[in-house]
Amino acid sequence: MAERLLDVKGLKVRFATEDGIVHAVDGVDFELDRGDVLGIVGESGSGKSVTAMTLLGLTRDKNTRFEGEVIYKGQNLLDLPESRLRDVRGNEIAMIFQDPMTSLNPVYTVGDQIVEAIVTHEQATKREAKRRAAELLRQVGIPNPQQRVDDYPHQFSGGMRQRAMIAMALSCNPDVLIADEPTTALDVTIQAQILELLDRLREDFDSAVILITHDLGVVAEVANDIIVMYAGRVVEHGPKRQLFYDPQHPYTWGLLGSIPRLDRPKPKKLHSIEGMPPSLINLPSGCKFRPRCPHAFDKCEEEPELKNRVEDREHLDRCWLSVDDKRRLRDTTIAGEARVA
Amino acid sequence: MVPFIIRRLIGMVAVLFGVSVLVFIVFILLPGGDPAERMAGKNPTPQNIVNIREKWGFDRPFYVQYVKMMQKAGTGLLPGPHGEYDILRSFDTRQDVVHEIKKGIPATFSLCIGAGIIWLVFGILVGVFSAVKAGRWSDRLITTFALIGVSMPVFWLGLVLRYFLAEKPAHPRFPDGGYVPLTTDPAEWALHLILPWFCLSVLFIGFYGRVLRSNMLDTMNEDYVRTARAKGLRSNQILMRHVLRNSLIPIVSLFGLDFAAVLGGGAILTETVFDLKGVGWYAAQSVGGLDLPPIMGVTLYGSFFIVLFSALVDFFYAYLDPRIRPT
Repeated sequence: MAERLLDVKGLKVRFATEDGIVHAVDGVDFELDRGDVLGIVGESGSGKSVTAMTLLGLTRDKNTRFEGEVIYKGQNLLDLPESRLRDVRGNEIAMIFQDPMTSLNPVYTVGDQIVEAIVTHEQATKREAKRRAAELLRQVGIPNPQQRVDDYPHQFSGGMRQRAMIAMALSCNPDVLIADEPTTALDVTIQAQILELLDRLREDFDSAVILITHDLGVVAEVANDIIVMYAGRVVEHGPKRQLFYDPQHPYTWGLLGSIPRLDRPKPKKLHSIEGMPPSLINLPSGCKFRPRCPHAFDKCEEEPELKNRVEDREHLDRCWLSVDDKRRLRDTTIAGEARVA
Repeated sequence: MVPFIIRRLIGMVAVLFGVSVLVFIVFILLPGGDPAERMAGKNPTPQNIVNIREKWGFDRPFYVQYVKMMQKAGTGLLPGPHGEYDILRSFDTRQDVVHEIKKGIPATFSLCIGAGIIWLVFGILVGVFSAVKAGRWSDRLITTFALIGVSMPVFWLGLVLRYFLAEKPAHPRFPDGGYVPLTTDPAEWALHLILPWFCLSVLFIGFYGRVLRSNMLDTMNEDYVRTARAKGLRSNQILMRHVLRNSLIPIVSLFGLDFAAVLGGGAILTETVFDLKGVGWYAAQSVGGLDLPPIMGVTLYGSFFIVLFSALVDFFYAYLDPRIRPT
């Protein structure tokens, strides 16, 4: 049994804004063990990034309210004072972000920015830290790391900058690496390299990875456990094989249907999920996906809970349809033939 | 580096040439600008005027006059004694223009360097403080003060300060205008300059504070600041190393050009209100008398500083922002 690193229970995040209260995250539960790669998938506004940033306390603000628990090594990170949380950030839980073009400070060298992360958490001389920075750059596959460590971010390509971000995140041997859309801003060819790198480094550094993306194709490559989020909720959660071969939630079907595939007959037009994600200020009653769901029925006016409904005990979903109905309906839905009534 | 300097020197010559031609042409076109009539005094005979024209060369074609004037201005900068006709003289007072400008430099430099330091330091403090406290009452308070500072005209503020602090009280703490050279008496020098420094800085402090505040608030939303937080840096480390450092870049170019402008005689109002007799004051006197040679002299002197400081700004900019460094 691998070591339990993170235990998130009933996490809720609300932002008070001028327009009303935004229910950005409304009940998220998951566990993360050492060696895991957890994929969190969902559209923009589904709460996946807020969930990740909240783990590190980056959403803390006087207008933000939290509920639930984020247990890391026996302590609830949500209750930790800022000064203690700083010791966790970058040191035990590190994060990389979507856009490597803007995530590095343009006025400092790449090496300086890695050194900054090292000396913040460890007793190391600048010289020693810089030697380690070059070594980290080598590990993430930057050629000529001894020279490139003195380069500025604008002298790096997008893929190299994301590698540098990863090097920086790994500089203090974190237990958990949170990657928030790490490949979204990159070329497809570079995407695969970065994902492979993340997976290799997870083994080398013996850490766990939370991979946030809107692209099921990305998690399909590396994740072993997948959470699908919609409107701040987990709507489906299961091992990767289960989620891809026995998906239970109509939203997951929609996501699967929106991936262009070469191994199926070419559809006339690429399927998309009809409608828009709901406003997080005025959420629909009942199942939040109901207004966009082609299979909604009377019962959906009441919100289903996230629970196990299939044979695999680890596979949870939030849908009222019977398992038989789901298995009957989903292929046509994924193919884009079902329409909202 | 060397090509940069050469390019800038060529640019400087071009700017000085353009500016001087412009001043000269404006002066020719200006009504009531005929220097001969003005120099001849009240009720001159026509012969008087003709004589003056001939003696001063006003009857020559304008380009000859221009070249001659530039020659005089140029020789005035060279060391050593000059022949009587090689000196650029004021039409009104017949004083040596280059000499008068040099005489005004200590007062102008004392005023501007002191005020420049004050407004830069306090402008940055105001900007940082109000950005950190953005939205709180302390930010609103300091923002109100900054707006008042920006809105107060120098001639009004200067006169009010001078009247209430130097003239009206029975035992005034401040001297009533004037300038004492630093070499004569450093204490008196400073005492004479406190009110002018304050007066000149107030506007800039307010303005720089506002600009820096909004720069910093923008920078705080940058992704690299989020990265710095995610690294576990302390909030004042983030503020100094990541937010302020990047927000100061535009302030540098503002400061360079503003400082050059006041150093180049732009502090006309402050110098005049406090009788500092600097270059700005001299410029004001000459403009009032439509006296071309001093106007030309001060303009060239001012343009020189503008061009010099814009080159320095470019240079410093490249130091601050590696993205624009030539590779």
